[in-house]
Parts: sequence; structure tokens; C-alpha cells
Amino acid sequence: MATVELRFSAQPEHVRTARLVAAAVARRAGVDEAVLDEVRLAVGEACSRAVGLHRGHGITAPVRVVLTEEEKVFSIEVGDGVSGAGGGGTGESSGADGASSGELQESDAEGEDEMGLAVISGLVDDVEVTSDADGGVIRMSWPTTPAVTPP
Amino acid sequence: MDLSLSTRTVGDRTVVEVGGEIDVYTAPKLREQLVELVNDGSYHLVVDMEGVDFLDSTGLGVLVGGLKRVRAHEGSLRLVCNQERILKIFRITGLTKVFPIHNSVDEAVNATD
Repeated sequence: MATVELRFSAQPEHVRTARLVAAAVARRAGVDEAVLDEVRLAVGEACSRAVGLHRGHGITAPVRVVLTEEEKVFSIEVGDGVSGAGGGGTGESSGADGASSGELQESDAEGEDEMGLAVISGLVDDVEVTSDADGGVIRMSWPTTPAVTPP
Repeated sequence: MDLSLSTRTVGDRTVVEVGGEIDVYTAPKLREQLVELVNDGSYHLVVDMEGVDFLDSTGLGVLVGGLKRVRAHEGSLRLVCNQERILKIFRITGLTKVFPIHNSVDEAVNATD
């Protein structure tokens, strides 16, 4: 089992770095080329969500990304430091939700959070969103095919 | 790659050509551009996404926000996109029902419905 771990301060500009690293490690692990776009998008969504949560809650701790290569599976865990925020919408509502009647609210942080989770669950078959007192974790995995070409 | 934006007017439409990556970092620039256009009275927008390499839900949120703004002025927001990997994101979020998506700028500029 090989692991790459990434920690970055909750700033939007670092999400791209996380995407690039995740895609590079996934490719190396043997994730199908056709699926790499999905990996890139899913990890970006998870990291964007974590960045939003950290910033919204004034958390200075970094966002954690753990990329794990196992025998037949490649998994990504994105962890945030916000307790009770996982589970997508079942946690406490921390956003300003004064105007609840509008159907298209672009600046609604909760709404973007939901859309991010919707994209992840639409893209990734194996996804798990959990949360405890230490924070939330989105865990996603993809099957790998063993590499046949030497480096 | 960063985000690139350029605008031009074709008839009564304003075409916004977007290139690069639209994500949580760059989406605010696109939002500013759309807000500025609407504030300046451009209510019929065509967002050309053929040069977009990456789009996430933050970008979708900005496009939805743009649509909301132009609709407030009885305007329109059409997208131009042929890239399967970008179209997929609109499909899985159900937004293909919200945005008219065209194959070419010509088609979008001439569309009426």
C-alpha cells in the first residue's frame, strides 16, 4: 500500500494543485485514463467543499487529502476540520438562509456545497461521506488495473 | 492554466469566450464579468465554453447566477459546448434542462425560442 498525503491551507488557489497531484498519483496507480477526468473533478469538488467549510468556520488548520494506492483500488480521502458538516445537508445549517424562496441562488454557500456533493455522487460509484467530532471525510475509490509497463 | 475571458458583440448578443479552468479559484472572475455585462445592459449572453479545460460546480453556480441575472431583465444565457467531459457535468446535475446548449457560436447567436 502506497500513500501520498497532501495538506494545504484552505485557499481556493491550492485546489488546482490538489487536482493535479491526485490525477498524477491516480494515473501512476493504474486508474484508467478515461476515468482520470472524473478523479480530477471529484477531488476538486471535495477540496472546494472543504476549503469553503474551513473558510466559513474560520478554521486555520489545513485541508487533508490522502491518496492511497492498494492492490486493486485507488482511494482518495478528503478531510475537513468542521464537525457535523458531513452528510451533505443533514448537519447544522451555518449559512445565511434568509431568502429561502429563491430557486437560483448563486451565492448560497450551502447550495454550492450541495451541488458539489451532487457532482461527486453522480461521478463516483464508490463514495462515502462521514462526519464525527473531528471533522468530515469524503472517501472515494476507483478500481485500478495493474501496470504492465515499467517506468 | 488560468482563466481567460474575452467578450464581443454579435448583433444583439454578447459573446463571452471563456478559456482555461473554471474552478473555485477562477470562478469569481467569470462571475464579475457576467455581473458587469448585465450591469452594462447586455442581457442576451452567449457563453462560449469551447476553450474550457475544466469546469466544476463552482463554475456551474456562476453560470446559474448569470442566468438568474439576465432573466431578471427578460434576457437569455446560452452556452456553446461540444466537449463531452464538460457536457457530462451539466447532465449529471440536471442543468441541461436549465441552459440551452449549442454546438456553435453561430447557432447560439441566431437561436430564438
